[in-house]
This record gives sequence, structure tokens and C-alpha cells, in this order.
Amino acid sequence: MSSQDIPEENLPAEQDHAHGAVAVADEVHPFADPGLPPHEHRIQDIDERAARRSERMVALLFTVSMLATVGFIVSYVTIPHDKNIFVFPIGRISALNFALGLTLGVALFCIGAGAVHWARTLMSDVEVADDRHAIAATPEVRAKVHADFREGAKESALGRRKLIRNTMFGALALVPLSGVMLLRDLGPLPGTSLRHTLWAKGKRLVNMNTNQPLRPEDIAVGSLTFAKPDGLEETDEEFQNEMAKAALMIVRLQPDNIKDKRELDWSHEGVVAFSKICTHVGCPISLYEQQTHHVLCPCHQSTFDLSDGARVIFGPAGHALPQLRIGVDSEGYLQALGDFEEPVGPAFWERG
Amino acid sequence: MSTAANDTSRARGKAPAGERIADWADGRLGIYSLAKANMRKIFPDHWSFMLGEVCMYSFIIIILTGVYLTLFFHPSMNEVVYHGSYVPLQGQTMSEAFNSTLHISFDVRGGLLVRQIHHWAALIFLAGMFVHMMRVFFTGAFRKPREINWLFGFLLFVLGMFTGFTGYSLPDDLLSGTGVRFTEGAILSMPIVGTYISYFLFGGQFPGHDFVARFYSIHILLLPGIMLGLMVAHLILVFYHKHTQFAGPGKTNNNVVGMPLLPVYMAKAGGFFFLVFGVIAAIAAVAQINPIWAMGPYRPDQVSTGAQPDWYMGFAEGLIRFMPGWEINFWGHTLVLGVFIPLVIFGVVLGAMAVYPFIESWITGDKSEHHILDRPRNAPTRTGLGVAWVTMYMITLVGGGNDLWATHFHLSINAVTWFVRIFFFVGPVIAFIATKRICLGLQRRDRDKVLHGRETGIIKRLPHGEFIEVHEPLSQEQLHTLTTHTQYAPAEIGPAVDENGVERKVTASEKLRAKLSNAYYGEDNQIPKPTSEEYKEITSGHGHH
Repeated sequence: MSSQDIPEENLPAEQDHAHGAVAVADEVHPFADPGLPPHEHRIQDIDERAARRSERMVALLFTVSMLATVGFIVSYVTIPHDKNIFVFPIGRISALNFALGLTLGVALFCIGAGAVHWARTLMSDVEVADDRHAIAATPEVRAKVHADFREGAKESALGRRKLIRNTMFGALALVPLSGVMLLRDLGPLPGTSLRHTLWAKGKRLVNMNTNQPLRPEDIAVGSLTFAKPDGLEETDEEFQNEMAKAALMIVRLQPDNIKDKRELDWSHEGVVAFSKICTHVGCPISLYEQQTHHVLCPCHQSTFDLSDGARVIFGPAGHALPQLRIGVDSEGYLQALGDFEEPVGPAFWERG
Repeated sequence: MSTAANDTSRARGKAPAGERIADWADGRLGIYSLAKANMRKIFPDHWSFMLGEVCMYSFIIIILTGVYLTLFFHPSMNEVVYHGSYVPLQGQTMSEAFNSTLHISFDVRGGLLVRQIHHWAALIFLAGMFVHMMRVFFTGAFRKPREINWLFGFLLFVLGMFTGFTGYSLPDDLLSGTGVRFTEGAILSMPIVGTYISYFLFGGQFPGHDFVARFYSIHILLLPGIMLGLMVAHLILVFYHKHTQFAGPGKTNNNVVGMPLLPVYMAKAGGFFFLVFGVIAAIAAVAQINPIWAMGPYRPDQVSTGAQPDWYMGFAEGLIRFMPGWEINFWGHTLVLGVFIPLVIFGVVLGAMAVYPFIESWITGDKSEHHILDRPRNAPTRTGLGVAWVTMYMITLVGGGNDLWATHFHLSINAVTWFVRIFFFVGPVIAFIATKRICLGLQRRDRDKVLHGRETGIIKRLPHGEFIEVHEPLSQEQLHTLTTHTQYAPAEIGPAVDENGVERKVTASEKLRAKLSNAYYGEDNQIPKPTSEEYKEITSGHGHH
């Protein structure tokens, strides 16, 4: 396009005479505000063909949107919901999700792009100034409101009849208590429930994976075994609540490697059982380093030394993992010799 | 009277349908006075003013998709056995919540798409609010009269975090359940009331049978209801205050320069909703998010490695990860500082953001309205504090992903944790000092540009052999823009004696205010902008250098 094709009267030089006369800074105010700069014309403002190109572009975008919506409906009807396709570089993904998402995305995006292009190229882009008004009221309004309030307050006699005022405040202060009371049955009181688990004297240690009672010889040096108390089944109503406290991890150490005296006493032939629930905020600890006998909680990286009473050697946990005292019963199965002696899991105010 | 009535009715009879409907509505709702004030309302243009729109639109998208999800989601912790079409989990015991989320993902056509749009939009909503708040902070847009709107925005951000948290906990999958367990541990750490709050929240022992249903009503009704109200109030105030603008020719504290709502911003902002929705839909088409089927149902005795919350909770996660495990036992009680201190810091760091506008206005003592935005460089101390805050936030995010940093960059987890422990304190200080210096440098540069013009890069040799660089004087527009900001003088402690010569008591708060004011506006803490006299002296003298 060359400028000769544009009608004379549309050229910027011809138009801008009328537009905001620019203030010239004088000697006293070299930084004076020159006022709004003159409006700069876009090609669409001066050349009708450019404007028509913009119009076609906007219409094209809206049309693409319509087609994409049709595509969405077609995809919904024709693509089976369990079909997977390979899309580079994402990999194997659900074909239906891919098609629906892209068609919906295009349908929406093109409406937006069309509207913005329309606004930017065809709608007036002349900047105009609007006045602001102070947010605060004028002194007269302020005085009027204050006077009205005083009058209303006086008519209520609230300030004069103190008995009404005080009893009203009392009643309003008390009435929400009913709402607070109603929250009481959100849950039972803790009592000592955080101190007890399902473990008790004579409870067998059952392998979490095989669901079979464990014998000491099942536990090899270097392995990490998870156990639950005998009798607790996945289908039990309280399974999740009980597992949240009773989950156990079992490792076998060389008895000579056990540095902590009590740990050795509570072990059986080097087999030691510790609570699996981290004493930090309750994640199940599941990373075992067999060479160092360290276990690491994958959530917040608290690290415990299983050969030294499971004391904390790194990370945010505040105290050692509780140990379960174990032995074998007459049939040679590992059994608990009692419950944990201290609460398992995260510390709490009443823990002591 | 009757003639006039007839005239109007006849005029109405001829009017186009749209006009008649508008007249009908105006007679009942008074929409014309509303439209008079707002239809051609002027909004200034700047790319950063779009950030708030991203938040608003993603919030709307979240509500739309969320309503759809409620049609299929079962907020129940009853245990069921899975028989759906995702083969690897068939026969597994899981909660109905998890089961119905699998159903949405695999058996409802488009269900996965809506779930992914919902989750992606939530991440974008929170990220948008974060960046939008930074924009408002660094440009000083929170100053009078907008402090309350800053608080509304702050509440939206905080409530958004908790809405997000309660939302991603609903599927009852292994990852989110771990997050809920963390929440239980954090609640338990609260002195005196922690255990009780935990039992009331979970309906007894963790995990119990109630939290999904409870989180559900919090997630879909309570919090979004409050947020919707806050967002409407936020918008009403934006309209009422009229939008802020950057300094420039023709732009003053008493006007607002831009383009009208109808048609330009109807089209631009309305179109922008579709752009945001379209982009999020496309993301949801190609980028998987929260694949709960890969994690499996929640079990309190199971966990996966690399467990991460959604990004906006990474801050809380970081605090809890790098805090040393302090615990104090006394008189049969335990003070779990290792968890409780992070909980307090979490509140303090967020709260600092909420109260900042009030602190700054106390220091400046400025009671006037501000509608012209600051350039960050022109408020070096504020900008420094903001960058320090962001630095602390980011370092804490690194702490929240310390395991991922360790595994991805082959670092020691202990080293990463110690880095975060140290730089949580040191990082913000360094950031503050560096930012402030950069701001002051930029102020000096602006001053130079005003007084000596722009360096053109053209080297000229003078007849006597001297080389000079040609400086081009700034245009009137630029001169005005670079010198229009106000600079405060540091507050001083008044005279030690009053007008009667009696010794006056100088309060501690007065001393503190003077000290802080000096730190903000004292001699080395801002570069005086060029005065007309300086400018005239240089320009009228021996020409440009």
C-alpha cells in the first residue's frame, strides 16, 4: 500500500490541527505538564482497506471459533472415552481429553482474540481524560450526616437509658454462644485415644503385604518390612484410624550394631520394630538406608538412626520414633509384648 | 400531564426494542443512573493492569467448572470397591470420594478435561493474585484511598490458598491425604487447644470418616461464598475509586486518562475472559495435572516420595521442612516449637503483607489521595522491602521442594536444607540492600537524563580536538514524567520543649516514626529529583554535555 492511495483528508497531518494544543513549558516551569499528546492514527483510521482487512480478520477468528465448537461436539460424540493416542512430545494421552480441550480452547481463544483485535484496530483509540472527585464527602455533607446521626441517636435514647444499652450489649454478646455450643459435637474429646494403639501383649505382627504373621527368620538383614497388628483387616470400619497409629516398620540389625541399650532389650535377635508414623507431622516413614540403618521420611526429610533408638539425626522431627517391644510366641511368631510406651505420631500439647 | 404521558408512551411505542427493554428496566431498577456513571467510564491502559483480570476470570472459570464437578463428585469417605474402567485399580478398596473422582476422570466424557481446567485455573488464580499483589505493592497502588481494597485483595489471596487446599484434598488420594495428615500434625502442635481442634475438625481421630464431607462444604460453599462477596466488593471499589494510572503527559492526580468501558474495555476485557479460558482449556488438553489414579487411594501407612503440595502451599511446606525439630517438655506438656513456630511465621509473613499500607502511611503521615502510581525506583525502601519479602517467599519455596532440588541437581538434602535455613534470614537482607542500591542508581540515572539529556551514542570531535558525546535533551513529555513524583522529607522529632519552654515528652512511637521516616526518605535513601533551578542553570549555561 502506498500513501498516494489514501485520501488527503485522512492523512494525519491534515487531522491533527484540531487535536489538543501542546502546552509549551515556560521559563519558570521547565517541567510543566505539556498535556495529552496528540492522537496518533492507526493505519485503520486512515485507510479504509486496512480497516476492511481488520474486519475480515475479526470475522475469520469468530468463524474459526464456531468451527472449533462444532469440532468439540463431533469429538464428544465420535471419540471413545477410553482411546489413547500418542502425541509428540507429551506421550500417550487420552484422545478425547486432547480433542475436547483443544477444540474448546480454540473456540474460546478465537472469540477473545477476535474481540481484542476488533477493539485494538477498529474501535476508537482516542485517549480521553475523566475527572476524579475526592472520595471523602464535602464538609457540608459531612456536617449533615453527623447531625443526622446525632439526632437519630438522641431519639433512640440509647445514650440516656443506660440500662437498655447495657442489657442489649449483653444479650448480643451472649447469643452467639449458642452457635459455639452447637459445634461441640463436631467430634469427641481426645481423652487418651492418642496414647493407645491396637498393639497389646500377645498381638502378632502381620506382614502388610502378604497378610501372614511374621517369624523372625522372615526378616533378612537389610530389608524393611511393614507390619500391622493381627486381626486388623482392610475392610474394618476403623482400619484407617487404627493404621494411622499402629503402622509398624521392622528391620533386622546385627545385635552388636545396636547402640542403644533399651533398643537392644526390646528387640528380638536383632529384629527391631518401630512406629512407622513420623514424629514430625505424621507421614509414614518409608525410605531405609540399609548400610547406615537410617530411615528417612519422604515428606519432610526427618532422618532417624534405627541403630540408636531411632533418634533424630536430621530434619524437623522433634523426638525419636517410638519402639514396640517384641518377642516370639510359643509358635515362633513375632508378637508385641505390650502397646507403645509413648504416643506415636506427631507431638501434641498433652503428650508430655 | 396526560398529554405529556401520551407523548412519552407514543415515543416509546416507536423506540427500538432494546431501548424499550432498557426503559422498562430503568423504571424498576434505575439502571440509567448506574449506566450514566459507568458505561463510558474511563480506564487507563497498561499491561500490568491486566493481572487482576487474570485472577477474576480464572475465578469465574473455577466456579463454572466447579459446579459441573459437584454434579458427579460424591463427598463421602464410605469405603467401596472400585469397578470402573481404570484397570489397575479394579478391585481396590477406596473411599467413595476417590471412586467418584476416578469416575469423573475415566467414565464421564469431558470429565477429565473439566477437572484439569478446574485445577489449572486454581493454580493460575493463585499465581495471578500473587503477581497482581506484587504489581499493586511495587507501584504504591495500595495507598489512600485504596488500603481497604488492598485488604480485600489480601483476604482473597489467603482464602484462595485455603480453598485450593480444601479442594485438592477432596479426592482423598494418597498425595492429598498426606497433605491433610500434615495439617493434622500442624494443628496438633498448637498449645492447649491443638488436640481439641484436631478432634473437632476430623470428627475424632485422624483420618476419621468426616473430613471429606466437611472440606467439601468449606470448599464449595463457605470459602467461595465469602470470596465471591469480596471479589464483588473489590471490583465495586475499583470502579468507585477509578483506576490508578502511571505518570505521564496530561495525567494528573485529579484525572484518569484512557479509553471508555463501552466499547473498548467491553471488548478488550470481555475478550480477555475468553483468552484466559481458551488458554487454560488448551493447557488442560495437553498438560496432565493431579493424576490421582497414579497415586492411588489414601492410606495413612503409605506414602510416595517427592510429595509436593500445590505451589501456593509450598511456602507452608518449606517453613515446616527447614525448621529444626525443637520440642520442649514441661509439667506433663509438650510445646512443639518445631511445628508451631512455622505455623506462626506463616501467619506473620502473610499478615505483614496485610498491614504494610497502614505502616507506610503512618511513616509518611500523608493523608492525601494517591491516584498516580509510583515507579518502583522512586520508593527505594518500599521496593527493597517488597523484594526482600518475595526473596524470603521464594527461598521458602526452595525449602518446600528441598528433596526435589536434591534429586534433580544431585545435591545433598542436608546441604539444601542448611542453605534454606541460613538464607531464610540472610537472603532478604541481601535482596533489600541490593534492590535499594539499584533503585537509587536508577533514580540518579533519571536525574542525569533530566539535567543532561539522553546519551545518544554519537561521539563528536570538537574543532580543538576534544571528543564529546552528544546528549539529546528530553522531550517535554519525558521531562514532566520523570520529575512529577512527590518526594517526602523525613519526619523530624519536634522541638524538645513546647511553646512555653516546658520540656515536652517525646514518645517512643514518635522516635520510631522519625527513625523509619529517615530510613525511607533520609539523605542517602532517596536521590533528590532535579529542581527547575538546577535545570535552568545547566540549560542556560554553556550548552549540553
